[in-house]
Amino acid sequence: MQIHTYDTVIVGAGGAGMRAAIEATKRSRTAVLTKLYPTRSHTGAAQGGMAAALANVEEDNWEWHTFDTVKGGDYLVDQDAAEILAKEAIDAVLDLEKMGLPFNRTPQGRIDQRRFGGHSRNHGEAPVRRSCYAADRTGHMILQTLYQNCVKEGVEFFNEFYVLDQLVTEDPETGLKRSAGVVAYDLATGEVHVFQAKAVVYASGGNGKFFKVTSNAHTLTGDGQASVFRRGLPLEDMEFFQFHPTGIWRMGILLTEGARGEGGILRNKDGERFMEKYAPVMKDLASRDVVSRAIYTEIREGRGCGPEGDHVYLDLTHLPPEQLDAKLPDITEFARTYLGIEPYTDPIPIQPTAHYAMGGIPTNVRGEVLADNTTVVPGLYAAGEVACVSVHGANRLGTNSLLDINVFGRRAGVAAAEYAATADHVELPADPAAFVLGEVERLRDSAGKERVAELRRELQETMDKNVMVFRTEQTLKEAVEKLAELRTRYRNVGIQDKGRRFNTDLLEAIELGNMLDLAEVMAISALARKESRGGHYREDYPNRDDVNFMRHTMAYREVGDDGSETVRLDYKPVVQTRYQPMERKY
Amino acid sequence: MATPVMDKAEAEAARPADSPYITATFRIRRFNPEAAAESYWEDFRVEIDPKERVLDALHKIKWDLDGTLTFRRSCAHGICGSDAMRINGRNRLACKTLIKDIAPEKPITVEPIKGLTVQKDLIVDMEPFFQAYRDVMPFLVTHGNEPTRERLQSAEDRERFDDTTKCILCAACTSSCPVFWNDGQYFGPAAIVNAHRFIFDSRDEAGEQRLEILNDKDGVWRCRTTFNCTDACPRGIEVTKAIQEVKRALITRRF
Ligand SMILES: Cc1cc2nc3c(=O)[nH]c(=O)nc-3n(C[C@H](O)[C@H](O)[C@H](O)COP(=O)(O)OP(=O)(O)OC[C@H]3O[C@@H](n4cnc5c(N)ncnc54)[C@H](O)[C@@H]3O)c2cc1C
Ligand code: SF4
Ligand code: FES
Repeated sequence: MQIHTYDTVIVGAGGAGMRAAIEATKRSRTAVLTKLYPTRSHTGAAQGGMAAALANVEEDNWEWHTFDTVKGGDYLVDQDAAEILAKEAIDAVLDLEKMGLPFNRTPQGRIDQRRFGGHSRNHGEAPVRRSCYAADRTGHMILQTLYQNCVKEGVEFFNEFYVLDQLVTEDPETGLKRSAGVVAYDLATGEVHVFQAKAVVYASGGNGKFFKVTSNAHTLTGDGQASVFRRGLPLEDMEFFQFHPTGIWRMGILLTEGARGEGGILRNKDGERFMEKYAPVMKDLASRDVVSRAIYTEIREGRGCGPEGDHVYLDLTHLPPEQLDAKLPDITEFARTYLGIEPYTDPIPIQPTAHYAMGGIPTNVRGEVLADNTTVVPGLYAAGEVACVSVHGANRLGTNSLLDINVFGRRAGVAAAEYAATADHVELPADPAAFVLGEVERLRDSAGKERVAELRRELQETMDKNVMVFRTEQTLKEAVEKLAELRTRYRNVGIQDKGRRFNTDLLEAIELGNMLDLAEVMAISALARKESRGGHYREDYPNRDDVNFMRHTMAYREVGDDGSETVRLDYKPVVQTRYQPMERKY
Repeated sequence: MATPVMDKAEAEAARPADSPYITATFRIRRFNPEAAAESYWEDFRVEIDPKERVLDALHKIKWDLDGTLTFRRSCAHGICGSDAMRINGRNRLACKTLIKDIAPEKPITVEPIKGLTVQKDLIVDMEPFFQAYRDVMPFLVTHGNEPTRERLQSAEDRERFDDTTKCILCAACTSSCPVFWNDGQYFGPAAIVNAHRFIFDSRDEAGEQRLEILNDKDGVWRCRTTFNCTDACPRGIEVTKAIQEVKRALITRRF
């Protein structure tokens, strides 16, 4: 076991982690630990764009953007945070341009902008061009640009280091929790490393891999969320997960909303543009939860396409091939590669795909992690998809996440380094690596008969069946029961690779454990929320209930005297400033 | 070593007539220095829909047959650059290669990419590759005061380097280059592609410096224009053309 000491440790090298690292490295001795090489992070998969009211192509302002964000999130958004997001968006985009990001340009040479779902002029009058983009590989360009600037700033990376535990100490008198550092596993050697740090920033991304049909990478297993949850810290709004309307049928690979922004149309088996019925103004560009439910309603009512009637079409055939080549080259290639379909002439079969975690580790607008509704954990920060500020509320608007990772990644990096400049190291707990060493040994030496792949398959199937676009008391109870069973069976899991070098068999087992913990939190939080709001839709409670549920869920892990684990739910008020909740119409 | 599956004839007989599945053999180059000093070939038979990806087959093997099989992957749709490998003798991304397109009637060979040290099975040491990338100053350099708004760039100037912005640093090009196999000191095509991305960016002011770096004895002049890199690139980047443009810029000092 090796022990390292840094001022600031950042967990994750996606967009949020590297944006934080650029700031933190200038101000403090910083290490970035990442389970993937930085340029392999899933930020690189983002296609459509990054929102900012630059007003480069038509009138726009940050107040309209704030409103759309709040409304898009079905009023569960903390409005102070949404205002910061929309205001700082403009500098966030300009900063990236100055770092070298090759945005598409207008004829005047400015950053070009296009339409995206839920973004409107003057509080819902009509769609507005707010998304700054680089073809349909905006996330790729953000990830590359940030990595390039990390190289320029000399950021220190520990690549293929898996953070498996968060070290938290508790003051015996006040009960105040503090962060002491993290414990990581070096994939190449199998060695365990303890990183003592004054400040730790989690930027470890989402957890969408516990669904089967998903746009998320195999590696998005919620490790960060699970590590802090296990240490008694809460998770916020985990029931809110976004299902993106247009995933490639059965595979889940994303086809950006930008395709509809460029004029693409959703059609059922009769060729009908069905979104006109569900969202007369915004039509195909209504917010994602609305479009995903509309698609499943079409499918359920027998208007789905194909022999099994289990998908609908994304039709781009009326768009000129030059426009597809210039604006949507990657997604048209996905259709060709994975479906053998030519999007110039044939519509693309699609279905909703699990996409984005609105919930996560609760933070304030400085990125400081909360131990309860109000108390911060000194020295602990989170930003990006792992965090819940909450700027996305019950449903995230497209292009607001690439924005979130830049605005709050930067804020968390600055805040962490400033904290590290004044704080002392917290003493490491006795035997800091005990938990990780125990888990690694248990899994490696286990003779258990349960297989990781089988448990993961069952997890994904139960989540797709019971906790997706439509939920009811019954499906959620079924999920909670099944998850309890899977968690019990997980204790008896055995792996085949007993080696130390690049033991990905072992890591997949650990990732599965994290996913099972988080899936349970999601199902339990969803069961308790007896209303429908944004991405959380209860068929048995189809309306939003502001009287009882205009509040954030806060889930805590409780361990009984007998070692039994339960999830306890509490609630946190929503911050409302300018906007009173209204019915959401598109 | 035989794998614990039905033999081919049995599997085919058991399958319903309308099943899209086939039985394919994957012949994989295995290496684990913890267990043995030498690498060896191992065959795995999998039942699979030929419209699936090679990555799906590797997962089937890892998840259902042999958990020790080791490879990198993340996104599974060709954008993260994790899973470049040599499939039937050609560098490709396992997640972007459909089984039906690589003659699955015969055994499909899968090996690590060449020219970088193999660490275990299909995993190679990427450090030298990323070091070459870092050495070409892969970041925008500008002097003088920053404008308050964005720097202006015409759509044509932006188009000039569009192709080389697509690179996902997968190393398929560099590890298909015979010059690189012979001499790991050569920067390799990927580093040159990423230098090109900045040399031809109208906003950048360090083109001369980057050209000097590539004028080195291990720089662009080592390229023998074999086009392996262009053929290998999963992003469809015209790698050889980019290298030629850098060579020309070195001669004319115009870019
Ligand atoms: C296909 C797709 C398209 C999208 N398109 C858009 C779009 O157009 N616009 C938009 O705004 N948003 C979009 N999104 C959402 C957005 O891309 C993501 O929410 C965002 O990029 C997440 O960034 P991140 O930095 O939080 O996490 P990631 O980029 O996922 O990075 C996570 C990092 O954490 C590291 N990590 C994880 N676990 C560990 C661990 N245990 N130890 C060490 N390191 C760890 C990983 O190595 C990685 O570096 C899209 C998402 C997807 C999936
Ligand atoms: S140029 Fe192409 S092959 Fe080479 S590293 Fe980049 S994406 Fe991979
Ligand atoms: S797994 Fe990402 S490129 Fe293949």
